Amino acid sequence: MDAIAVGSLYALIALGYTMVYGILKFINFAHSDVFVLGAWLSFVGAGIAGLDPAREASIGPWVFWVLAALWAAAGIAAVYELVLRPALSRRLDRRLPAPRWHLNLSLVAAWGSIAVGVLHLAKGAASAGFGFAAGGIILLLAMMVCGLTGFCIERLTYKPLRRAPRLNVLITAIGVSLLLQNIGQLNWMFGTRPDRMPTLLPEAELFTIGTAVRVRLVDVMVVGTAVVLMVVLDWLVFRTKIGRAMRAVSFSPPNASLMGINVDRVISFTFVLGAMLAAAAGFLFSQKYPGLNQTAASGWVLLGLKAFVAAVIGGIGNIRGAMLGGLLIGLLEFFVAQYLPDGASLRDIFVFGALIVVLLFKPSGVLGKSATEKV
Amino acid sequence: MSESRGDNSRATRGLLPGPVRSILPFLVAAALALLLHGAVRPLLPEFFPRVILDIGINVILAVSLTMVNGFTGQFSLGHAAFMAVGAYTAAGIVYYGSYRLFGDAAVHGGWISGLTPASGSFATGADMLFLGALLTGGLVAAVCGYVVGLPSLRLRGDYLAIVTLGFGEIVRVLIQSQTTDTLYDAQTIAETPVWKLPQYLGGPVGFTGLPFYTSLFWVWLFAIITLVVAFRLKESTYGRAFLSIREDEIAAEAMGIRTTRYKVRAFVIAAFFAGIAGGLYAHTIGIQLNAGELAFMKSFDIIIMVVLGGMGSISGAAIAAAILSVLPELLRNPPSVLHPLMAGLLVLCALVVLVFARGKVRALVRLVVAIGIYEGIRRAASAGGVNLADYRMILYAIALILMMILRPQGLLGLREFWNIRWVRRNTPPAKEVKAGP
Repeated sequence: MDAIAVGSLYALIALGYTMVYGILKFINFAHSDVFVLGAWLSFVGAGIAGLDPAREASIGPWVFWVLAALWAAAGIAAVYELVLRPALSRRLDRRLPAPRWHLNLSLVAAWGSIAVGVLHLAKGAASAGFGFAAGGIILLLAMMVCGLTGFCIERLTYKPLRRAPRLNVLITAIGVSLLLQNIGQLNWMFGTRPDRMPTLLPEAELFTIGTAVRVRLVDVMVVGTAVVLMVVLDWLVFRTKIGRAMRAVSFSPPNASLMGINVDRVISFTFVLGAMLAAAAGFLFSQKYPGLNQTAASGWVLLGLKAFVAAVIGGIGNIRGAMLGGLLIGLLEFFVAQYLPDGASLRDIFVFGALIVVLLFKPSGVLGKSATEKV
Repeated sequence: MSESRGDNSRATRGLLPGPVRSILPFLVAAALALLLHGAVRPLLPEFFPRVILDIGINVILAVSLTMVNGFTGQFSLGHAAFMAVGAYTAAGIVYYGSYRLFGDAAVHGGWISGLTPASGSFATGADMLFLGALLTGGLVAAVCGYVVGLPSLRLRGDYLAIVTLGFGEIVRVLIQSQTTDTLYDAQTIAETPVWKLPQYLGGPVGFTGLPFYTSLFWVWLFAIITLVVAFRLKESTYGRAFLSIREDEIAAEAMGIRTTRYKVRAFVIAAFFAGIAGGLYAHTIGIQLNAGELAFMKSFDIIIMVVLGGMGSISGAAIAAAILSVLPELLRNPPSVLHPLMAGLLVLCALVVLVFARGKVRALVRLVVAIGIYEGIRRAASAGGVNLADYRMILYAIALILMMILRPQGLLGLREFWNIRWVRRNTPPAKEVKAGP
């Protein structure tokens, strides 16, 4: 059961990797940090909502200052974009509202404000005794804030590099990853202390299969939430207009652009979606394994890497492949740990070994289509 | 890109016989390294030798990775793994060899070993043990490079990156899953058969108690050798084949180059030097050899040096390695711009800008603005009571991202230092070619 639960979390994270790879063709190394951020945000959110018996917390005043600054910046940008620039510039092309900073900024500010509102909602729900509902709201909150982070990362760092060689984008991703890690380690953010996530669900064993397989409530919730999210994503990608746009962009960005698709918007949407899934995985993972810590060498980043392996094994760029790959990796890992002598320390070797084997024999992954290279 | 070097070798061709010419750079390397070790080091203030040593190791790593990432355009994310292989091989040989030969793991070297060498004989058998261990480490890393490279270099682009990443993790986990003990008893070590010793490499807690043999001499000897090999490789038939693979793999294949074979060769050479750098790193004073330190973050560090220097530019990689070794230390306690060293450096920068840059006024203005921002942040931080050392990694990350956005081709692009316009004033500036697949 552990295997399936962790496997479905791998699948959630792998989806973010695979969607970004499918569209932009680069490995988003910052993705595992968004996942860690999701876990920490849910920890902080739970503390603020009063769900954590060990700790009391409140929203830092800097959050309000940042939000106020964002609104002010959005206002200034709006004045500049809508009033000053059209009035001052003589050239026709300058009079058109080109970069739309005011829209981006007000979007970010509004999103952040809503997140603070949601946090208060969670607080209310918790104090009214609906601890379970408050947990769900905190999941939502973590997803929202991480989605916002994903949006900012994409707009600020990857978008200027759209035409640069892919290696540069990769290095930038590593830079963003370093940035997120080190900001998280600051004392006024999450600090470097390890912490313990409060369990929001009662510890209960639902039933056992045979003698070895225990099914706990947490596992069921983790798998259930992950499956719901994946079904929603699948519907989003294969049944809606924006999903069709995403698939078109991943097929060929210039052609998609010629068909009237706003490629930048689709890419941003993809990042937000991936970050939200990673945040959900972070929340669920911290429910299952409550120990949180911040060191870069810890298992958290490794977890992100393994999710990436899952994405590759399933066939990178392939959404259903990522789901399958996540499950496969989870199963492989836990079966090795369970049934091989000395398996617990060797399971990472098996995961990466599986990666290499799959790449050697079917480089496009289990569900991937192989592409022939043209001159 | 680098056709202008022909004149240089033509001048010496008449004077010296062939074999001498091919060995000469290595003799010069040894002489320079000895000079650095013997004459320059005693003059330097306290922590400078250590910084120069770090720079040397990073130069070896960055230049060797340039041979793979820069020359052939392949993307390896596992360079630190070869470093780890070399480090653990060399460390095991030196540590246990030292016990078998001398009965303990203290430094038995002569004058050329150790960051602050003991007076005494010039070199002893222990130094030769260290040298042998370094070379063995390099060879073992090269063999690993062959084993990893042969199957995976048939893959293209990102898949190679992923495989090398996976390989790096496998190496780390394999080392860390060994037993945590190191043997520290001459009797036990003498009784344990040699093939069982690789179990006792410290596991997750790290390999402690290594003798600190690494000196400026050893590091810069190998650094200069790496540089010479890289330059000669780039100018050779081999190097041309590497570069052609980078520019267009399919076209190179059509020209009769066996791309996989050449890629594997580049990979093996790079792995060899990474292994040597690992051995040097393991025996540096103040380093605790730990496989966790040599995980993928270390690989990223090396790649950052290569990309920052400019893909395929050897001198660029070396310069970037030097800058990036100093930068985190510098950000620990950022000096004022009025500090004499800093001021000298900035004047040098200004001169460089005046000579090199195409838009001189604009570049100068930018430099002044950058200095202003730097000094402003420093002043504001000290006024607000913020300790900048806490934020140094954040500043480092931001600097990296900005660098990638503002100067995506790296410091020197594809050129070498001497191919910049002021050297070849009559030729038009070389057109930048987009690097990478």
